[in-house]
Amino acid sequence: MKFLYDFSILTNSIHQMLAASLSPLWVFIIELVLVGLVFLGFYAILGLFLVYLERRVCAFIQNRLGPNRVGPQGIFQTIADLVKLLFKELFVVRKADKILFNLAPFIVIIASLMAIGAIPYAKGLHAIDLNIGVFYILAVTSLGVVGILLAGWSSNSKYSLLGAMRSGAQIISYELSVGLSLLAVIIFSGSMQLSTIVESQANGWWIFKGHIPAFFAFVIFLIAATAETNRGPFDLAEAESELTAGFHTEYTGIRFAFFFLAEYMNMFLAAALATTVFLGGWMPFHFFDFSGFNYVMDFIPPFVWFFGKTFVVIYIIMLFKWTFPRLRIDQLLTLEWKYLLPLNLLNIIVIAFIVLMGWHF
Amino acid sequence: MSSESLVLFFIIGVVLVGGAVLFSNYFAPKSSNPAKLEPYECGIPVKDGSWIQFNVGYYLFSIIYLVFDVEIVFIYPWGTVMKDVGLTAFIEIVIFFVILGLGLAYAWKKKALTWV
Repeated sequence: MKFLYDFSILTNSIHQMLAASLSPLWVFIIELVLVGLVFLGFYAILGLFLVYLERRVCAFIQNRLGPNRVGPQGIFQTIADLVKLLFKELFVVRKADKILFNLAPFIVIIASLMAIGAIPYAKGLHAIDLNIGVFYILAVTSLGVVGILLAGWSSNSKYSLLGAMRSGAQIISYELSVGLSLLAVIIFSGSMQLSTIVESQANGWWIFKGHIPAFFAFVIFLIAATAETNRGPFDLAEAESELTAGFHTEYTGIRFAFFFLAEYMNMFLAAALATTVFLGGWMPFHFFDFSGFNYVMDFIPPFVWFFGKTFVVIYIIMLFKWTFPRLRIDQLLTLEWKYLLPLNLLNIIVIAFIVLMGWHF
Repeated sequence: MSSESLVLFFIIGVVLVGGAVLFSNYFAPKSSNPAKLEPYECGIPVKDGSWIQFNVGYYLFSIIYLVFDVEIVFIYPWGTVMKDVGLTAFIEIVIFFVILGLGLAYAWKKKALTWV
């Protein structure tokens, strides 16, 4: 199949340009550095933008203005915040476990960064394309909870400990639902590789092709991913009215900023994964055989499609946070174990039956 | 380039956090007093530490989680070949899910899923 925008042409030409004049080792090193710099910039800028977006969306829902002083429409507000946080003192509580306390932000950030690298942003535009892509993302994101537990435990503060324990119980519980709802699409597409899953959606996204069960899996994924990122009505881990700031109560300055950043990037990751698996990733919207309509849609670049869909999902997740009241811990665990998990198991069987009968498109 | 990218992303993470922390350690002002280094407890003097034995409720959930998560790890390869294998795979997964559902029902009946 031929695509109008194929980024592997760009990356291959860069590779050939470098290989023409340099030894293979240097080509390898330069490529690693290039990819590293691109992702470092992408990660930081996207994180800053998401914090700004959250504040504007929150202000919009609460009928306020939100940040509007620094730069046009307050767009540079989060950069000013970042500079402020960089120049704040870093100190460690006297009785804390210093090594683990310092280690925790590293684990949280690395877990989210490694997962972000595996998302295909456009054709040929992905850093890691493993044949077990979905599995890899699940595995790496579940390491983030280790960072949260370490942060809470090592702080030697009661609020931190309570927040971390709640967060741990919540994240591991909802991980089951995330895993099972993603399995729905894996049964349909028969592959765990993210780029293959995206290409299997060229003639229609799985949320449309997979009848009602796929839509059901999408809804469960949205709920579970919101809980998995400690957001929205499920932000018990940092319920500010009871636990001050939960597991990062004792963190100051830039270390606190990294927990914040990781939370927002995990939200982006959840939305990007929902987009890739259910909403066709960078595939344009195609409407059956209306080739004229499809042709026009093909002209919109894939990364516009990808980020457009992702930001729609992010907006929905943000709406959750500012619309619903916070759940209690027993309600949260009941929702997962007594509703989402049994429903999910049933859903998988229904999907297997549909695939068996060949009823999907 | 794929498997070496795993190491690359690990390094990016270390550079990002480490760089920012080093920068902040170097440039940020420093001052210290005994009260500042106490953990936060809404202003009252801190009583005891927080490294204590904790609610067993969380422990139960983590055990049930462990069972189900390992099952999901096994279901994933099944999911990729479901299309090709067909009826056999479907019958097997129904049996598997019945056993899994019985496990869940047992935990439910034993009130392991009820928050205490």
